[in-house]
Amino acid sequence: MAVQTMAPRVDVPERRDLPSVPSETPSAQTKISVRDLDFFYGRTQALHNIRLDIPERVVMAFIGPSGCGKSTFLRTLNRMNDVIPGTRVSGEVTIDEHDIYAAGTDVVALRRKVGMVFQKSNPFPKSIFENVAYGLRINRVTSSKSELAGRVEQALQDAALWNEVKDRLKTSALSLSGGQQQRLCIARALAIRPQILLMDEPASALDPIATSKIEELIFDLKKQYTIVIVTHNMQQAARVSDTTAFFLLGKLIEVNATEKMFTAPNEKLTEDYITGRFG
Amino acid sequence: MDLHRHLDDELSSLRDRVLLLGGEAELALERAMYALTERDSEVAREVLEHDDRVDHLEVEIDRQCIDIIALRQPAARDLRFVISVAKMAPVLERIADHACNIARASIDLNNEPELKLVFDLGKMADHALAMLRAALDAFTSNDALTAREIIKSDSAINDLYNHIFHRLIELMVTEPATATRDARLLFVAKHLERIGDYVTDICELTVYMAEAAFIKHSN
Repeated sequence: MAVQTMAPRVDVPERRDLPSVPSETPSAQTKISVRDLDFFYGRTQALHNIRLDIPERVVMAFIGPSGCGKSTFLRTLNRMNDVIPGTRVSGEVTIDEHDIYAAGTDVVALRRKVGMVFQKSNPFPKSIFENVAYGLRINRVTSSKSELAGRVEQALQDAALWNEVKDRLKTSALSLSGGQQQRLCIARALAIRPQILLMDEPASALDPIATSKIEELIFDLKKQYTIVIVTHNMQQAARVSDTTAFFLLGKLIEVNATEKMFTAPNEKLTEDYITGRFG
Repeated sequence: MDLHRHLDDELSSLRDRVLLLGGEAELALERAMYALTERDSEVAREVLEHDDRVDHLEVEIDRQCIDIIALRQPAARDLRFVISVAKMAPVLERIADHACNIARASIDLNNEPELKLVFDLGKMADHALAMLRAALDAFTSNDALTAREIIKSDSAINDLYNHIFHRLIELMVTEPATATRDARLLFVAKHLERIGDYVTDICELTVYMAEAAFIKHSN
């Protein structure tokens, strides 16, 4: 995967100069803790010394211009970058105090715990039911047909899709609208009961009504899940997230409560970005 | 044209409008006090006639703020600026309303013999006007430090008000024949005291705009 480059000529301060970095020790409610994370695509360093704590059951939004590293960083949280040849990571990412990059980590189990939803909905060319049941089947999570059906229904309900599809579970998932397909993908991720949900621009291809449903869903899901969402849409970040992290040129510039970030950010670079002065 | 430049132009236009409204409020107060101290009812009537222009400007600013929020979704300093202006415009309009009330009082008082205390009210008005001008300058230059200083100076207006209040009460007791005029002057003093409070509001909004700090009701 090529590293996207970006234009703005701004001086990004070294991380140690930034006030909005986490303390050395993660707090009791920290779900994900990242320390001194560097990431490379070949010789190109895409992430620089990232340090961040993500609390449990909150929605954290990552914002920043194209190529700033926010999606790359998101993918380090469930080791999705492992499948990209020539990449290298250093530093520490712990989830529930377990280092996910430690030798012997069961990556499949990690991805069960940390589900992911992508920008473009990618349902399998199977029925609605089979799309949701797929992860349960391959992970052998359920022991009976009725249990499987119950888990599928629950996932579809959690994804706010059940009422729209309950009478046509055997029809092709590809017959659903774009917004429904995206919620189906969320249901598929929820079916195996992850603890963390990573969302990479989940509504960027959707119309405002479908976007609104996804945003309402995110709001409901945070009662049970820790959600990290990458978005280009700053209004969306403002609407759905509790905390927001701003990335620029592979560096984490500021993490703050969302309401503070959008009314009075600490860093000038953040202010310049969210007021449209660059990016 | 870059979108942010478009927003900058709109914010700049909004700033111009609010300063225009501030200038109108300042002029209304200045002329109302001139009408009172120089016993010129014609000038007082002009102040009253001109108030429609002030009201119109306030509505324009309201609309412009709503448009910018709805269409541009400003954030951070831009948002604080628009919110401050949206809250400042009615304050300035109210200052102009108080000036109109002073103008009305002057029309009534100018038909009767002059009272010496008008001179003290002139001093109070000078202080209020100086505060208003300084507050508008602090807003223009995003100067929270000066805004905080101006807030402190409101106590001088309150002191002047208390002084005039007691003098007028004394006068009402010692010279009952002047009571009606004394009461009118008391209202004028109260209008000026309220203007001092409104200038304080403007300064608090300037501090919010510049520093994102809420200092209202924080003593």
